[in-house]
Amino acid sequence: MIDVDKIRLDFPILNREVNGKPLVYFDNAATSQTPQQVIDVIVDYYSNYNANIHRGVHTLSQEATDAYEAARKKIQEHFNAAKPYEIIFTSGTTHGINLIATGFTSFLKKGDEVIVSALEHHSNIVPWQMLCERTGAVLKVIPMNEDGELVMSVYDELLSDKTKLVFTNHISNALGTINPIETIIEKAHAVGAAVLIDGAQACPHVKPDVQALDVDFYVASAHKMCGPTGMGVLYGKEEWLEKLPPYQGGGEMIDEVTFEKTTYAGLPHKFEAGTPNICGGIAFGAAIDYMNNIGFDAIAAYENELLSYATEKLLEIDGLKIYGTSTEKTSVISFNIEGIHPYDIGTIVDKLGIAVRTGHHCAQPIMDYFKIPGTVRASFSFYNTKAEIDALVDAVKKAKMMLG
Amino acid sequence: MSIQEIQEEIMDEFSMFDDWMQRYEYMIELGKSLPLIEEEFKTEENTIKGCQSKVWVHAELKEDKLVFTADSDAIITKGIVAILIRSFSNQKPQDIIDADTDFIDEIGLKEHLSPTRANGLVSMIKQLKLYAIAYQAQLN
Ligand SMILES: Cc1ncc(COP(=O)(O)O)c(C=O)c1O
Repeated sequence: MIDVDKIRLDFPILNREVNGKPLVYFDNAATSQTPQQVIDVIVDYYSNYNANIHRGVHTLSQEATDAYEAARKKIQEHFNAAKPYEIIFTSGTTHGINLIATGFTSFLKKGDEVIVSALEHHSNIVPWQMLCERTGAVLKVIPMNEDGELVMSVYDELLSDKTKLVFTNHISNALGTINPIETIIEKAHAVGAAVLIDGAQACPHVKPDVQALDVDFYVASAHKMCGPTGMGVLYGKEEWLEKLPPYQGGGEMIDEVTFEKTTYAGLPHKFEAGTPNICGGIAFGAAIDYMNNIGFDAIAAYENELLSYATEKLLEIDGLKIYGTSTEKTSVISFNIEGIHPYDIGTIVDKLGIAVRTGHHCAQPIMDYFKIPGTVRASFSFYNTKAEIDALVDAVKKAKMMLG
Repeated sequence: MSIQEIQEEIMDEFSMFDDWMQRYEYMIELGKSLPLIEEEFKTEENTIKGCQSKVWVHAELKEDKLVFTADSDAIITKGIVAILIRSFSNQKPQDIIDADTDFIDEIGLKEHLSPTRANGLVSMIKQLKLYAIAYQAQLN
């Protein structure tokens, strides 16, 4: 059970006002807020043991290295990866995807096929289009239906022995749909294709088990799961990470360097060139601890309650349409009101202290499908309340009155 | 009226309101009086980049003055364009180039002046001034 009043005390930002009104933060799918427990870890790092890692023999460097590697271990356990070195620290989901897409350049040839889903964030489309441009591979798309669910029968038809890679998100950022990734992975493996799952939107809500999923690559961002910005994780199966070439060259990622030849360091350092976001990694570990202390089952149950409540209340507003109506979805509501531009609604509700996202949510293909310029998206986290949803509903009604 | 005088007039009108809702309602009202761009001019070229909503602006030289028409698919944006165009339309290009736009701040719409704001007011101002620069070059 979630004791939301108690949890809210952990988030100092929730006390602030916006435009003279108490902040209602419903843009969690873009970035989540940070609890004091994580802020404390960041302050402690810079106050007490800030130093470069894996380099110095001095005490501070050792302490920083230990804390950074302990965070890697925590993340390994969280995702149930088999080995700590299958966890690569990145600057975020986008970085993880680019690392893999670039690494696959030498593995693909003209005529090979890669499959993407219609529900993707631009981050999980563009790097693969660039890969296709480099290699001559062909990009195929699993379409979606009116509810915002993938049409799996078409996926079956797209798969063949030409398929080398499949990449989809675990949960859609624009609509909240939970994709059937178990099936997607199993079927891709049956034709010998590797699978990358973009878990940016899933990790705030569920605890993925990469071994049970048997997924080849899984990527996520810390800033959507109570952690800092500019920090993320790439899980890769050891065999794949061994095979892939390094992404960036630099310090940390080498074994020996001469001007004739350089040999690369082993995993995970091969993919971690340069001084990383040390504090970010340690704080990411703290964020994962924080969420696990609350418990992902409790989080999911509470967020589902918020989702049902908000869906019901919003649908009472005349002319309001929700995009993404799958029964399998997380606490994201994308909506429009007939005849009103989402930007207008976003502007008015912001004046009332409510933060929602408006626009295409970096998923233009989805907006094109529905033939709309964008939506208003309210995304709920475990620290939100039903009273805040009431405030949103009132604000949307007010906006409708002013704009309609 | 000069640009300066029109802007003062707009400031006067807005000074009657003491809360944001009234100001926004008035701005939406003003949007309805925006001289609309002809459908044929709603082209990619006349679209202002940097807005979440679509904004089209067209400029035409009538004698020595520039006349603007515009439209947007979002009504708050339309109101903002209307305010801007009311102060710039039927003015000499050089006067448009020289005009400042601080009155937007004065009428309580400061938040829209942020260059990162998704309505692209800053891009709109830039675009109107670019039209003025182009037509000024023709006049010289
Ligand atoms: C599904 C999905 N993929 C990728 C990203 C990109 O994440 P980041 O900007 O942290 O790299 C996001 C963030 O909005 C997302 O929602």
